Formats: sequence, structure tokens, C-alpha cells
Amino acid sequence: MSNAQGIIEVRELRKVYRVGSVDVLALRGLDLTVNAGEFLSIVGPSGSGKSTLFHIIGGLTPPTSGHVRVADHDLASLTDAGRTRLRKQTVGFVFQKFNLLPNLTARDNIAVARHIAGMDQKPDPQFEEILRLLGIASRLDHKPNALSGGEQQRIAIARAIVNRPAILLADEPTGNLDSENSCAVLGILRNLNERLGQTILMITHNPEAAVYGHHTVHMRDGKIIERT
Amino acid sequence: MTGKLVLENLKHRPMRSLLSTLLIGVPVTLILTLVGLSHGMINDSARRTQGIGAHIIVRPPGSSFLSLSGAPLDQRIVDNFFARQPHVQLAVGVVNQPVEGIFLGLTGVDLEKFSQMSGGVEYLEGGPFRASDDVIVDDYYASQHHLHPGDAVRLLNTTWRVSGVFRGGKLAHIIVPIDSLQQKISSTGKISQIYLKLDNPANIPAVMQDLKKRLPDYQIYSMQEMTALYNVNNVPLLSGFIGVVIGVGVVIGFLVVSLSMYMAVLQRTREIGILKSLGASNGFILRMIWVEALALGAGGTLLGIGMSFGAWGLIAAFVPIPVEIVTSWWPIAAGITLAGASFGALYPGLRAARHDPIEALAYE
Repeated sequence: MSNAQGIIEVRELRKVYRVGSVDVLALRGLDLTVNAGEFLSIVGPSGSGKSTLFHIIGGLTPPTSGHVRVADHDLASLTDAGRTRLRKQTVGFVFQKFNLLPNLTARDNIAVARHIAGMDQKPDPQFEEILRLLGIASRLDHKPNALSGGEQQRIAIARAIVNRPAILLADEPTGNLDSENSCAVLGILRNLNERLGQTILMITHNPEAAVYGHHTVHMRDGKIIERT
Repeated sequence: MTGKLVLENLKHRPMRSLLSTLLIGVPVTLILTLVGLSHGMINDSARRTQGIGAHIIVRPPGSSFLSLSGAPLDQRIVDNFFARQPHVQLAVGVVNQPVEGIFLGLTGVDLEKFSQMSGGVEYLEGGPFRASDDVIVDDYYASQHHLHPGDAVRLLNTTWRVSGVFRGGKLAHIIVPIDSLQQKISSTGKISQIYLKLDNPANIPAVMQDLKKRLPDYQIYSMQEMTALYNVNNVPLLSGFIGVVIGVGVVIGFLVVSLSMYMAVLQRTREIGILKSLGASNGFILRMIWVEALALGAGGTLLGIGMSFGAWGLIAAFVPIPVEIVTSWWPIAAGITLAGASFGALYPGLRAARHDPIEALAYE
């Protein structure tokens, strides 16, 4: 994990989507800096560009213009293969809908992330400690349909950090959870940030969830309008 | 891990996996059964030819090695010419008349002379001809048609009486008195081919050389040569027919795998998106689809081999033609199927690999 300051640097980021014959401007010259080890919450109404920002930083889609540097990778110049390497080595995703592979057990869902990253050997002992911290050590041999939403999201978090990515991107991680599980998952994210210095960007609609971050940026109409 | 992913994917939709495997297995069974039939019939002919006990066979000019219909040779040359050649111990002329295609025919022979040549006919039931409309059949034909001595069998628009059932592997499945057959086919005094037994097998080359010099238009083979000619590649159109069936097998395998994997890719769009979000490359996704197609192909091959045993049993029970299990064709069938599966996986695999991860993740 990089300890350099400004692990994410975004300048004048623009993203235009083509929907049918119409160009949709999703991001309109956005600037953002995220320091290594920071837990940043991103809030904003639907259509404000949160997910688009998340997808660009995570290398799921290229920027239309502007400068985006993520852990020393210049995303504007990355090819599709380069973005694939970024997702494999540098960022980990946690989604609202958990997005576990339904055919595999929780253990294999985590193992597949290591396999894709080319690390087929067992995770380091620290990861075993993380599994205990997540409270899922006894649930690893179950498939997702046998796990509660909270358990699935903890498995998803374990999968996202098993390769020790520099950045963890969480998109509405509590959106499908009840308040008890939401608190637990948010507590886990903060714990990971405090214990491991894990850089976390979390998108949320929920102001109560946003306060778990060190800072919160507010987005509207494809721009950051406030940072608190 | 890729193997586990593939295995779990196959297990997750067992009916799709089973149906795909079954559909891939059908052409495998088709190919193996056709090859088994070809080899069975040809090897059966070769075994019966070997069982005659002759050293040389003489056939009329322009005849096919595989079958003879009609009797163009004058029967008198057997005793007046061939039997008098140096080193020829015994010359036997026979008449061949097809009954069911090229592999089943009536053979007319002087049973006494044939017994001398072959070392005797072993009767399992009954005995040799006693009347002109008597027929002896081998145990294979008898079991196929449930025949026993005294039963009537209708061949060439004539009702024959079974006088005996002999142990197979000699000359023909059905043997009748040569005079009777000559009469039935209006070829009295004519024969189809001549078998020669020599005093010593060491004299075969010399006798053949002499006969070929004196009868340049005749087809003269040693029995060893004749047996070697019984080969799929020597049967007119058969290898071409097998090639067509193989082609159909490849196309069916290709289409089944292509359709199955296309459906699988559609159903698993979201999972492909998840894998891509984890950093799976296009090559990883393509390989996963390809390995799954190969697994279906391998399963189809195994199932097809299993079903070919079923086809073999059915043919042996209900159809009067010999069929064999040709194990040397199993890897060929596997290769054909896996090639079809590989090509079939190409389009769905490339389609899956090119999925946009964001669209794939949003797929419901």
C-alpha cells in the first residue's frame, strides 16, 4: 500500500456518456484530492455523478478529459488492459448489492480475487485476523444464498481487501442492509482504516453513514460543491 | 481456481449442462456406431475369408475385392485347370449371391470339398445338406433369426430348410449347395471365384507368379493380401460417408456448444462484470468460457462413448449385422468434439470478454 500523500489526484475531470444519440455530461470539471490513509465519504443526490467518479477512479471506465492519478497511475493514458491491472492490484470494490459470485462459497469468492491477482497461495496471517475482525470466519464455507445481507457484505469487504489494495471503493455499502448491519459494516470499514491505514472512498446517501469518514465531499450536477 | 469456477458454473445449472452434454454425445455415438459397423462388417468378412483354409483366391477380371455378384467363370476350369497346377492340393469353386446388401450373401459350395479345404465344418446343431433346398447357417445368423435345424428360411424367393447350424468364421453366414444356387440364379455350370489350397504355404509366391503370368486379366491374391484389403479405406464411398458423418458431428457439436455458451454468457453477465471488477482480464474470461465448453465437450464425448455401447447392444440384439466397439476411435471422436466445442465457445467467449464491466454489473 502506498503511503504517499495525494494517493488520488483528480483535476478538471469530465465524463460524457453517450445515451442513444444524446451526450450526457456526468462530470463537469471535477477536482478532488484524497490522501493516503484517508476515509472519505462522498454524498450527493442521484445523478450528481458520484458513481461515475467511483467508476473512473476504480478503472471501470476511462475519463473523457482531465487528469486522474490513482496511486501513481495516470488513468487518462491507461489502456483497457492497464485499467484491468489497476482493478487487479490497486483498488478493491465493495458494492451495494454485494456482488458475490453466487455459485462459489464465501471462501472461494475471496480465493477467486487472489487467483485473478495471481496470488494463489494462502493469504497472510494478518488476513486471518481480518476475517476474525469481520466476524465471518465460521461462515466461509457457505454460498451467498445461505448468508445474511450483513454477512455477504462482510465477505465482499474481505474479498475487496484480500490483495491489500491501496484504495477501497465502497459504493453504498449499507444500501441493502438494516440499521444494525449498517452500523456493523461501517464500523468494520472505519476499523480497517484505523488499523491498516486503508484508504477508503465511500459513496452514500445516508448522512449518518457519511460521518464515519474523516471528511465528506458533497456532489451536485457533476461537481464537488462542498468538502467538510 | 478456473476449474472450480467452471465446475461450479456447470453444477449451478445442471439441466443446461446435462442437455448440452447429451446433445454433444449424440454425434459422438453416431460416429462411433458408424465406425463400429464399418469395422465390424469388414472384420467379419476378413475373419470368414481367413477361415476358408485356402492359400490363394482367384477372381474374374474386373471384379470388386469386396463382393461378387453373378458367376462369370466356367466351373470346368476348377478341375481342368486349377486343380492340375503344380503345388495345388485342392481347388474349390464357389458361387456368391448377395441377399442383404454387400455384407450378407448366399454362398454356394461343394460342401465336401470345402470341408476338406477348411479342415471341416463344426456343426453346433444338425448337420450338412441332405437335400437340394437345404441350407446351413452360422451361429451368428441363426441367433439373429432364431433358426434351428428343420426351420424354414426364405431367401432369393425360395424357401430353404435349415439342415444345420455351424460355428461361424468360415466362408459365409449362409451356405447352400452350389448346384441349387447356380440353378436359382440361372448360372448353371458357372462360379464366382476359386479358392486354392497348396501343398505348402511356402509355394504361394511361386504359384501366384505363375498364375498371374498365365491369367494376366484375373485377380489373383494370396489370402493374406485379401485379408489386408478388408479395410474401411478400400470400401468405395465408405470413408467418404464416415467423413460426412464426422462433419455433421463437428457442426452439431459446434452449434450446441455455441448456443449453450451463448445462453450461459447472457445468464452470467453480472458475474462476468463482478470478475472484471476484480481485475479479470479479457483473456481470463475467454479462458473460463473456453474451459467450460471443453468440459461440456469432454462430458459429451464420455457420454457418447457410453451411448455407443448402448447402440452396440441394440444393433447386436435386433439387426443382423456385426458391429464392433472400436476403441482406437475414442480419441479421434474426442478430438472432433473438442475441436467443435472450442470453435463453438469462440463467439460467446469473445462476447463475454468484451462486456463493459459497468453495464455487466448493472445487468439484472
